[in-house]
Amino acid sequence: MATKELEHVVIRFVGDSGDGMQLTGSEFAKSAAEAGNDISTFPDFPAEIRAPAGSLFGVSGFQLHFSSSEIHTPGDAPDVLVAMNPAGLKTNLKDLVDNGTLIINSGAFSEANLKKAGYASNPIDDGSLAKYKVHTVDISQLTMTALEGTELSVKEKTRSKNFFALGLVFWMYGRDPETEIPRITAQFAKKPQFGDANIKVFKAGYHFGETAEVFQTQYKVPPANFAPGMYRNITGNEALALGLVVGAELAGKPLYFAGYPITPASSILHALAKYKNFGAMTFQAEDEIAAIGAALGAAYGGAVAVTASSGPGIALKTEAMGLGIMTELPMVIVNVQRGGPSTGLPTKTEQSDLYQAVYGRNGESPMPVIAAKSPGDCFYAAIEAMRIAVTYMVPVMLLSDGYIANGSEPWALPNLEALKRFDVKHRTDPTDFKLYRRDPVTLAREWPIPGTPGLEHRIGGIEKDALTGNISYDPANHEKQTHLRAEKVARVANEAGALDTLGEDSGDVLLIGWGGTFGSLRQATMSLRAAGRKVTHAHMRWMWPLEPGIAKIIKNFKHVLVAELNGGQLRTMLRATYLVDAIGLNKVQGLPFKVLEVTTAVENVLGGNVPRADGATAARTINA
Amino acid sequence: MSEKLVKLSKKDFETDQDVRWCPGCGDYAILAVVQRSLANLGVTREKTVFISGIGCSSRFPYYMNTYGFHTIHGRAPAIASGLKMTRPELDVWVITGDGDGLSIGGNHMLHALRRNMDLKIMLFNNQIYGLTKGQYSPTSALGTRAASTPTGSVDHPINPISLALGAGATFVARTTDTDAKGFAAILEKAHKHKGAVFIEILQNCPVFNDGVWDKVKDNAANMQIILVDGQPLTFAGGSKGIRMNANMEPEIVDVGDGPGQTPLSGLVVHREHGSPVYGHLLAQLVQPDFPMPMGIIHREEKTTYNELAIAQIEEARAKQGPGNLQKLMLAGMVWEVGTEGVKH
Repeated sequence: MATKELEHVVIRFVGDSGDGMQLTGSEFAKSAAEAGNDISTFPDFPAEIRAPAGSLFGVSGFQLHFSSSEIHTPGDAPDVLVAMNPAGLKTNLKDLVDNGTLIINSGAFSEANLKKAGYASNPIDDGSLAKYKVHTVDISQLTMTALEGTELSVKEKTRSKNFFALGLVFWMYGRDPETEIPRITAQFAKKPQFGDANIKVFKAGYHFGETAEVFQTQYKVPPANFAPGMYRNITGNEALALGLVVGAELAGKPLYFAGYPITPASSILHALAKYKNFGAMTFQAEDEIAAIGAALGAAYGGAVAVTASSGPGIALKTEAMGLGIMTELPMVIVNVQRGGPSTGLPTKTEQSDLYQAVYGRNGESPMPVIAAKSPGDCFYAAIEAMRIAVTYMVPVMLLSDGYIANGSEPWALPNLEALKRFDVKHRTDPTDFKLYRRDPVTLAREWPIPGTPGLEHRIGGIEKDALTGNISYDPANHEKQTHLRAEKVARVANEAGALDTLGEDSGDVLLIGWGGTFGSLRQATMSLRAAGRKVTHAHMRWMWPLEPGIAKIIKNFKHVLVAELNGGQLRTMLRATYLVDAIGLNKVQGLPFKVLEVTTAVENVLGGNVPRADGATAARTINA
Repeated sequence: MSEKLVKLSKKDFETDQDVRWCPGCGDYAILAVVQRSLANLGVTREKTVFISGIGCSSRFPYYMNTYGFHTIHGRAPAIASGLKMTRPELDVWVITGDGDGLSIGGNHMLHALRRNMDLKIMLFNNQIYGLTKGQYSPTSALGTRAASTPTGSVDHPINPISLALGAGATFVARTTDTDAKGFAAILEKAHKHKGAVFIEILQNCPVFNDGVWDKVKDNAANMQIILVDGQPLTFAGGSKGIRMNANMEPEIVDVGDGPGQTPLSGLVVHREHGSPVYGHLLAQLVQPDFPMPMGIIHREEKTTYNELAIAQIEEARAKQGPGNLQKLMLAGMVWEVGTEGVKH
């Protein structure tokens, strides 16, 4: 048996949405992380919970990129595709690299399943897979055989087949199967008979790899070179929830979270509901409006208040955000973006809520907007959003997206001691109390709370006197307050650190991105620069006020290319603000950028192959 | 400074803001009763919060020298819920109207009541939208001619008491804007009640719907049943009462022992803690066919959302110990990278 060393591998598991592909993928990701690889994952699943078996639209996939060097993305194209059924093969084969490895569960390639997937002939033996390294394994049958003699029903036995696939890839990549067994036991602690069955099947899969002469080579991806420290595997939503708990602690206040179920934000609520011993109170409200309303009520009472949703839910929360802006109460509103408009693509990623976040309210109602760049960064972005909210007495929107919310990566545990506290102080002194007197630096008003004698006051959505906070319809006062609210938000720019760039402050192409596309753009820039291209990547964290570092460099390049998973929203904002003829690299397929798409676009721009402005919008767009 | 020892008066609950309701508006009388009642109840200003939505009635918090939050249309129960959950020691009152609380905010009303959130909700029902200049509301009678319905409204009104009972409210009462004594008596009991309180106040809008409750208010003896716990449903000075007939329908009868009369023992007896079926029966007694019950229609004791939510946090702390952030970071699959490679 030969062992071949590889620097990195991209593997994708595909099957029916009930086949357990997400579990298989995430378990394999854990084993890679545990073995010291850098990893990046991309779960891609349909909106339907259990779509009809064998259907093309019911295919669920999980892609894992593991590497012995630093990586930022789950990989452009899989080197290995594990297809549990014909529909999975049909919908994913086009992505597999030429000469890639294909592991097929031949047991699922029945006539009926082939028909459902639209195959006229069986691809296993019609020659259509000739350019791949094909391994056919009757995983369905081998699973049944492994479970012979157990008391499980046929249906229950069938469900274990994903663990056969897991065992097989454990063997292929030389992972220690003993590390997985306790995880399976723990996962099925409440139903030990299934845990036992899955372990049996997992072992059978592993031993099949070992003994069957189907696979001639075992592969080894050596550990990556991480900085010493403690690490854990984390998804964006998990990190975001942790960030909220830590942020509340840094503020010295209890955390209050109100939400309403919505994909892909719900898991933040699920995570926080388990942190009750930290004093975190969670509330599943009757609707999105009630969720933000309750958060605002809690903020009035002095809690650090948070609500989370996705685009359609954020739309419903809009009016209450305006009330938060008017009454100058702190609150964090998380938007885990998904494909839109309307219901759109609920389980797919997109960055198309930037306009909504920055501009989407009635009246002159600016509000700080911060965007997280990676799963682990959701932790820090959540703390930052909370700090700004309570420091500036303003609602803050935190943008995440489905890609980083569900995707995972190894995360160096933060040094909690090093995080700066921002303890909240509520005024208690009734002497010379004026509700809207502002801090000269931040322009924040004070935050007196009910229960404090002598500070009784009334707030509301009607315009307030700039000092007393009483109702005021005075024209000059309204204009003054409008300017003050805008200026307060503008001053949040003082909090932005140095612009996150890779490359020089001038050159041929300035590649600008924001949010969850960070990994693809950074990786693309690294490879372009290695090839000698004069490209700089600037990543924006503050979307409003616009990251101030951008102003300093945006005019120093021959071309500005703004890459976004939308129709060009940041590009429009940058063009309007800086009067630069920025080009867009845009993609709205519900999928993240591939590194190749970014490098190709930059090469095109460098080669003078720049799209001409279209008449309607004067915007120049490259479609990825 | 120990403000608690000082007995506050009605004046202490008034603010320096000009009251901006129309002359003759029923809200003035309601405001006066609430201010006086709070003084009599011995509450403190700082622990009292009034939260309202949008509409004429929702301007109420600006006139109460307590904490107050004038929020957005229909959402007061949601905002109040967030405050009460996190600050259970506060008395949280919600002021709403028939449009605010039953139309745009109907959903929040339903859920605040069913959760038994410890909120005291006062719904000013004048069967009209006032602040937007006179459109018919969800409590307007069928055929109401208003700005938006010049030929009469074609939708059936909602019965606020039925809605509250249907939602599972644990304290449901009705009064009128002009019955200071009856209203104050309800407020006293409402303040003591643990859980969601729903008080419907029949209120007059002199500009857009003047006199809509006059038949009930001006002829109180014949058109109101004053509810007394344990006493039969009577009105008209005790000469008339309500009885259930063989078809399970309420009917008005003459009270007495003579021929054609019904003895007191034959009348329906009011029970504040009566069954929900009985509560719904009372809710159906509305003008013009019946006198309208005034007072506490239904009461029951149930756990409140806010106390259960807090109990869960306390239980988690008792069982798991107070949260340790360092440990939280280490939860899940954690590994250590040493200088020489990977460790677990």
